[in-house]
Amino acid sequence: MATEIEKRPESTTLSQAVVRFAGDSGDGMQLAGAQFTASSALFGNDLATLPNFPAEIRAPAGTVAGVSVFQVHIADWDILTPGDHPDCLVAMNPAALKANFDDLKSGALIIANSDSFDERNLEKAGYESDPLEDGSLDAYHVLTAPMEELTKEALVGSGVTGRAVLRSKNFFALGLVSWMYQRPLQPMEDWVNRKFGEDSPIAKANVAALHAGHNYGITTEEFHHTYEVEPAELPPGEYANVTGSQALAWGLIAGAQAAGLDLFLGSYPITPATPILEALARRRNYGVKTFQAEDEIAAVGSAVGAAFTGHLGVTSTSGPGLALKSETISLAFMAELPLIVIDVQRAGPSTGMPTRTEQSDLLFAMYGRHGEAPLPVIAALTPSDAFATAMEAARIATKFMTPVILLSDGYIANSSEPWLLPDVDSLPQFPVEFATEPNDGDAFLPYLRDEETGARPWAVPGTAGLEHRLGGLEKQNRTGNVAYESDNHALMTELRAAKIDAIARDIPDLEVYGDEDAKLLVLGWGSTYGAIRAATIRVRDDDLAVGHVQLKYLNPFPPNLGALLEGRDKILIPELNSGQLAKMIRAEFLVETESFCKVEGDPFKAVEIEDQIRLVSKELSS
Amino acid sequence: MTVDYSRADFQTDQEVRWCPGCGDYTILASVQNFLAEMGVEREKHVFISGIGCASRFPYYMNTYGVHSIHGRAPAVATGVAISNPDLNVWVITGDGDGMSIGGNHLIHTLRRNVNLKILLFNNQIYGLTKGQYSPTSEQGKVTKSSPMGSLDYPFNPVSLALGAEASFVARTIDMDRKHTTSVLEEAADHNGTAFIEIYQNCNVFNDKAFEELTGKETRDENRIYLEHGKPILFGPNDEYGVTLGKRGAEVVAVAAAGMDTIHTHNAEDPDPSAAFALSRISHGPHGPTPIGVFRKVERPAYEDLLTDQIAQAKADKGEGDLESLLRSSGSWTVE
Repeated sequence: MATEIEKRPESTTLSQAVVRFAGDSGDGMQLAGAQFTASSALFGNDLATLPNFPAEIRAPAGTVAGVSVFQVHIADWDILTPGDHPDCLVAMNPAALKANFDDLKSGALIIANSDSFDERNLEKAGYESDPLEDGSLDAYHVLTAPMEELTKEALVGSGVTGRAVLRSKNFFALGLVSWMYQRPLQPMEDWVNRKFGEDSPIAKANVAALHAGHNYGITTEEFHHTYEVEPAELPPGEYANVTGSQALAWGLIAGAQAAGLDLFLGSYPITPATPILEALARRRNYGVKTFQAEDEIAAVGSAVGAAFTGHLGVTSTSGPGLALKSETISLAFMAELPLIVIDVQRAGPSTGMPTRTEQSDLLFAMYGRHGEAPLPVIAALTPSDAFATAMEAARIATKFMTPVILLSDGYIANSSEPWLLPDVDSLPQFPVEFATEPNDGDAFLPYLRDEETGARPWAVPGTAGLEHRLGGLEKQNRTGNVAYESDNHALMTELRAAKIDAIARDIPDLEVYGDEDAKLLVLGWGSTYGAIRAATIRVRDDDLAVGHVQLKYLNPFPPNLGALLEGRDKILIPELNSGQLAKMIRAEFLVETESFCKVEGDPFKAVEIEDQIRLVSKELSS
Repeated sequence: MTVDYSRADFQTDQEVRWCPGCGDYTILASVQNFLAEMGVEREKHVFISGIGCASRFPYYMNTYGVHSIHGRAPAVATGVAISNPDLNVWVITGDGDGMSIGGNHLIHTLRRNVNLKILLFNNQIYGLTKGQYSPTSEQGKVTKSSPMGSLDYPFNPVSLALGAEASFVARTIDMDRKHTTSVLEEAADHNGTAFIEIYQNCNVFNDKAFEELTGKETRDENRIYLEHGKPILFGPNDEYGVTLGKRGAEVVAVAAAGMDTIHTHNAEDPDPSAAFALSRISHGPHGPTPIGVFRKVERPAYEDLLTDQIAQAKADKGEGDLESLLRSSGSWTVE
């Protein structure tokens, strides 16, 4: 059943809107948000999303701790972040309102499920009186609907009965919000029918609830002021909405193909890296071998074994897992085998806040190994950029015969954005050439290096005549035999480091966005790209002269970084840690920097960086 | 294809650096001889080890090899075996490497049944770190790290492997090269993980630990050779036998118990109970101790199952291509 969108005179056209769905972790808010997003994408908006959910699978119902959130930013222009403060909050219960209220824009629209604002739920959320009635929301535009009652009524005769009926209330909410923002329902219906089977009671129930919510908006006077966000003018082409985890997994497949290798992933489930394992596990038809190991150490160990055997060996984890893998990564460094180590960073030391984001493993990725074991470190800038970053990791690892650490984080992993799909035929290709012949007369020297890259040859088991042994013991230069001579150890330490340094010659120069010679340079790395860029655009619209540089390559740094830092009055470094990049920059270039740090488990809002840039600019000009 | 090899073809130019008189030399010779006899191309063998005296082994084998890190050899070897099921992958480990720091990898590898041949050199001591008690040292053992005697109760490696769902479990003795070779043969023939405990004498830090099984005076009385399909008899004149009853496996005098009570060994029994009972006859080892293949059952190897899944996925969904991958969760076109 196609639904016509009735144009109403009360409709306001917005250039953007930030909508946040919030409810109990079992209320289906992630699903409702994702469907709102998919429909908006097909409608032609630019968008960015940010989910936020508790670490507990089912925290106590009705409590603030159990609130699950999905935020989506839709716009008629090319946006960079999931939005700072919501224009609209869908609150399925009092706890959802309580947990998100402080983030709302003043005067924001609140759509509340009035059925859940009863004494028991109000008490669980910590409200002494009902905020829907006590006047505390007077400055907001509050609309309510008895979503549970109306869902029950809509599902009479659907075949779904009892408490299961209430599971469809997220579709009621989705239908109502879709009315408010004039989103087409058809893509949502299509999805439900694909997912549950057109004739199944559950599909019928969800579609009925979706329409009931939508019709409630049409027929209820108080919902008559609707909002529209026109399609964005995006570059023409084919788009897909991707999360960082998806893009990263696909980039690994593309990277392996570009190298002409089979892909092997050794992994152990850990939040927020698990979706990479899951995304690759379902791609057996791409020849992908996923191995769910008994622990983090076995996961990386198996990837090292796979690399020795001529596969693109990858392991994916988060901070605690990276700690466990450290010793094995040093082995791969010593054995000079290609390996991709993905760290999807999460907040805090130890278990910390597993479902929240942070950039606090940078120094750990840089230095978290025993002995002297420098490694290339690169970071994804946006969810879709994770694709190219994964391919780049594969290129560096195989070209230089080294482990590469790829940093993602909870924000990149779970957020999504539309991605202009690349032309598959024009993706970079970097086919690996295995050693097949002796390289020193009749002998094969496993540590005879390529003059340009410093890489040693990659000879895989099964190749006759090139039998050799690798290991963690110090090696004699060229032969790779065990060697304890002092001079040799000094030489090998130097050669291994020089090989990593040489990567700098193989990566692109940085470009300054905005005012190239501005006195104020904002320098970020990885996932803060969107927030910093959005802030830079805003302050430049007000004629502030600012330049922005975002680092993807953390080790080695791009060769022109030092020159770009010269002559600035201020280098402002925003990061989601306590100043780790700043430490690296100061150590490497002996320049002063000013840190702007946030360690709250959440990504930067663009407005936070914007305010900081304005503050610093003011100080500079006074 | 088989190649005509001699032992020398499997030796490297690296000086072997174990202590003179170490049991490892004998095992190295047995393995090199066996591989020469086996005749599989040298480049198709991969030796993966961890850390410890035994783990230097790959450096002395002219094949592919990785001397990895402490305890992790089964993990690295799993990656090798999965990546190329055509290879013969050998894991060289010890009682400390395999059962202490690497215990977790060992048990999971066994239950998965990856096609690896695991040789666990059990000398009941830490040798490379110069003489601390190991997870197979007898309780009360006085070492430099246990001056008043160790408090740990030891593992019985064969019992452990059987409990970890191993499909192939055997035990042999370094000095008995003929027996070692026969066990290696059966292991090489097995599709799946083969676990072999090798009693190995450390003449420096734990000399004569296996004296009861190796000493001229005592060995005939104490070695119980297990042979599939044969009644378990031992002693200089086969005067002893093993029975299996409610109280497990027991050593009896055949004359007193009667030949019809003697248990016939069935290594292929799907139920590991009898094999486990046999593994409990001795500890340490002290007294009569079974040697040979305790268990050898067929179960699909992990990498074969994985290869099947890949073939199945390709048959069901077609060979994956990037174009469709990037569109797999929907796409839309902006004009």
